[in-house]
Amino acid sequence: MNRGHDNWEVVIGLEVHTQLATRSKIFSGSSTAFGAAPNTQASAVDIALPGVLPVLNRGAVECAIKFGLAIGAALNRVNVFDRKNYFYPDLPKGYQISQLAKPIVEGGALTIVIPSTGSGQSEERIIHLTRAHMEEDAGKSLHEDFHGMTGIDLNRAGTPLLEIVSEPEMRSSAEAVAYARALHTLVTWIGICDGNMQEGSFRVDANVSVRPFGQKEFGTRREIKNLNSFRFLQQAIDYEVRWQIETLEDGGRIQQATVLFDPDTGETRMMRSKEEAHDYRYFPDPDLLPVRLDEDWIEAVRATLPELPVAMQARFQSDYGVSAYDASVLTGSRALADYFEATAKACGQGKLAANWVMGELSAALNKAELGIAASPVSAAQLGKLIARIQDGTLSGKLAKQVFEGLWEGAGEVDAIIEARGLKQMSDSGELEKIIDEVLAANQKSVDEFRAGKEKAFNALVGQVMKASRGKANPAQVNELLKSKLAS
Amino acid sequence: MTLSDASIAKLAAQLAGKQVSSRELAQTYLERINALNPAINAFITVDAEKTLTEAAAADARIAAGQAGPLTGVPVAHKDIFCTDGWPTTCGSKMLHNFVAPYDAHVIQRFKAAGMPSLGKTNMDEFAMGSSNETSYYGAVKNPWNLDYVPGGSSGGAAACIAARMAPAATGTDTGGSIRQPAALCGITGLKPTYGLVSRYGMIAFASSLDQAGPMAPSAEDCALLLNVMTGFDPNDSTSLEREKEDYTRDLDTPLAGLRIGLPREFFAAGLNNEVATAVEAAVAELKKLGATTVQISLANSQLAIPVYYVLAPAEASSNLSRFDGVRYGYRAPEYTDLNDMYAKTRAQGFGAEVKRRIMIGAYVLSHGYYDAYYLQAQKIRRLIADDFSAAFQTCDLILGPTAPGTAFKLGEKSDDPVEMYLNDLYTIPANLAGLPGMSLPCGFDSKGLPIGLQLVGDYFSEAKMLNVAHQYQRVTDWHSRQPEGLK
Repeated sequence: MNRGHDNWEVVIGLEVHTQLATRSKIFSGSSTAFGAAPNTQASAVDIALPGVLPVLNRGAVECAIKFGLAIGAALNRVNVFDRKNYFYPDLPKGYQISQLAKPIVEGGALTIVIPSTGSGQSEERIIHLTRAHMEEDAGKSLHEDFHGMTGIDLNRAGTPLLEIVSEPEMRSSAEAVAYARALHTLVTWIGICDGNMQEGSFRVDANVSVRPFGQKEFGTRREIKNLNSFRFLQQAIDYEVRWQIETLEDGGRIQQATVLFDPDTGETRMMRSKEEAHDYRYFPDPDLLPVRLDEDWIEAVRATLPELPVAMQARFQSDYGVSAYDASVLTGSRALADYFEATAKACGQGKLAANWVMGELSAALNKAELGIAASPVSAAQLGKLIARIQDGTLSGKLAKQVFEGLWEGAGEVDAIIEARGLKQMSDSGELEKIIDEVLAANQKSVDEFRAGKEKAFNALVGQVMKASRGKANPAQVNELLKSKLAS
Repeated sequence: MTLSDASIAKLAAQLAGKQVSSRELAQTYLERINALNPAINAFITVDAEKTLTEAAAADARIAAGQAGPLTGVPVAHKDIFCTDGWPTTCGSKMLHNFVAPYDAHVIQRFKAAGMPSLGKTNMDEFAMGSSNETSYYGAVKNPWNLDYVPGGSSGGAAACIAARMAPAATGTDTGGSIRQPAALCGITGLKPTYGLVSRYGMIAFASSLDQAGPMAPSAEDCALLLNVMTGFDPNDSTSLEREKEDYTRDLDTPLAGLRIGLPREFFAAGLNNEVATAVEAAVAELKKLGATTVQISLANSQLAIPVYYVLAPAEASSNLSRFDGVRYGYRAPEYTDLNDMYAKTRAQGFGAEVKRRIMIGAYVLSHGYYDAYYLQAQKIRRLIADDFSAAFQTCDLILGPTAPGTAFKLGEKSDDPVEMYLNDLYTIPANLAGLPGMSLPCGFDSKGLPIGLQLVGDYFSEAKMLNVAHQYQRVTDWHSRQPEGLK
């Protein structure tokens, strides 16, 4: 957390490049699949042969419309594509087709939940968005593959991007990460981005500045480019904030600049200063006509939107009685939310289902480095397991053993209970017999309890549970033990 | 056979009647090219083997009864159209080694029609010029007098037709590049409504102005060629989706009732007397055919040249960014780093006029100048188009001179860009408005150099313009005259 830099307030705005999940590129018919051999997915248009022309992929526009609707933004009805001119070997045309003056999405907001630190409550905040616009990605320069030369791979050139720009409303790295996570959840949730950060499908630039608390004007910002994990985002901002505060406290000045984060050193270093900034000579691309969004098109796209995370969080709280924080965790992805809801429906126990999904199941998945979609335990099975806790068949402890069985693929819940003899003891005669034996063998504890030592009671409960090999129902043990000691 | 009076219709009839084969025809034209091209330099690339192969394929189609109306008629292509397997230089050193790996849409159409290519014609570098002197492959000479320029940028196309080295040719027109050389070489050329002919595969100069069109001795020829060239192309977003027209359908319609608009601005100071006299005589001829005239005003056309020299260079500066030495074309042999490679490649690969326009374009788009130049020019462009709309309320066609004078001497204007630019004074307004325009021969000056008159019609009025031109050519013989020495 950056709060606590005494006199300094941190100001962060994020620009996120999300690769849109269309099958073909934004201005050509080439595939967007990741990982093909260099330049095998680069058509005449992608390598910018003389004479070629762009043709807009309407699928990319629909992704942008979906996003705009999901964040409650205004959609520009007339969309103009602009050329952003600069020279770079992996930018084949010498310009990038983007949107400057009229982005497709303007405004909108995202609710983020900042996890509690220590004992505090988690906190909800609304972050406003400035805009989101469509553009094409560049190719890749391969500096390491050839000695003394740079290779150019244009497979990625022309991949559709939605650049999503937030207002500078975040005040700590934790908030920035929470925002980035919420955005990541949303774009994958609505299916416009695969969210794969290693493959560059979701790349974050962070604009960071600091100012004395109470000062109205923003400090001079530096932009950290191309962060491809939430951890790097946090580390980079934390380092940058410390660096800026130290610089200012040492009497220095911050120069507007673009910086890169080096994960190996954990430091940011300057890439270029404002003086070196390009004049991109933007102008409307004469090869593309303005794209008009009519109401029918927008409504048709709206009809394809799933229930959104915020709506689902509210519903989870009211329908299943889970806390706001749990609801936000459970809607961390659509797959997780769907899993939770299926589990809750299967057992009729929302809170218990939430605890199991967020507890035992998440821990096991994390340990095995599996996503929820790859869970070896189905929601139906987990629901059944919880139902067996609810009906008294299983204690919590036994249930964990059954869960292990499910995880290992040992069969259905009831079959595992049967096969491993994990059923909770329900025969009170059998239990009474065990209690009698325990009381007889632990006369010392009995005497101590009767002498007023409450702790001795717990020891006796423990002995009974042990003697039953965990199968006794703890509540029943308590009750029987109490009545026997009272007699 | 004699090529001197070989109209496309006649050649097509002879081919259909098996009086001549496409191979024989191609061979005859190739021999004439061999004989005359060294003096005229109308072609950059001739490849007899390729031409004869295509001609043989056309003969096979004719023999198989699968011929289209023009199958077997050979045609020359401006070296701005990418042609699969042919060098495509765009008149520049930058593309001296570029062999296109695909066919432009226009080339595809001619191939589909079974019309063999006679070669690639010379042009001003990247179509920037009005005299064909900016070509890296040397100036083209005007067949009417080899000391004079043929006009440009489609100078090679106009000259090869004037010298009957080809029966027809393709051209492109951004500010007059079909019409002005047609006028200076005494042939007929038509620039269609913007969007009628696909720009795909046509190396871009100024995308919002570029339009391909036919060049040939007569209006009837142009109508037949236009039938081949036009049609919707999904690969060009600015291509118009409309029903296919037969541009020969109105050729024989009488002119009674035709209202010809004469813009006073096109007959004002700066117009050569001999040109004015010839154009006025043509008006008199048309009146005899039943036309009436009406005075009109295109007041804002006075601003056409400054507007054009903001917008066209702006688009060109961006369109030509792809010529960076990275993927194809010329690359400087020696350089120290990436920026040096760019700088040297472009300094050595582009000629003076191209560099001048790139610099003008970069300037008018740069930060702080965009509003004053680019945006202002766009507004005036709209006013110029509005003038035309108003004029077409009172007339069916607009008539005037194509160029302010006849051909000028090689080198005469090459040191004075502004003087050179003034040559397109009357042709540029149609490009800015996206309107169709054509030039047809209407006489000769005292030096024996051809004079052209221009028709500008409303959008999609090509058939009407061709009708007027054809009726005029039925009663005059300017278009069928040929340079004495070359017969």
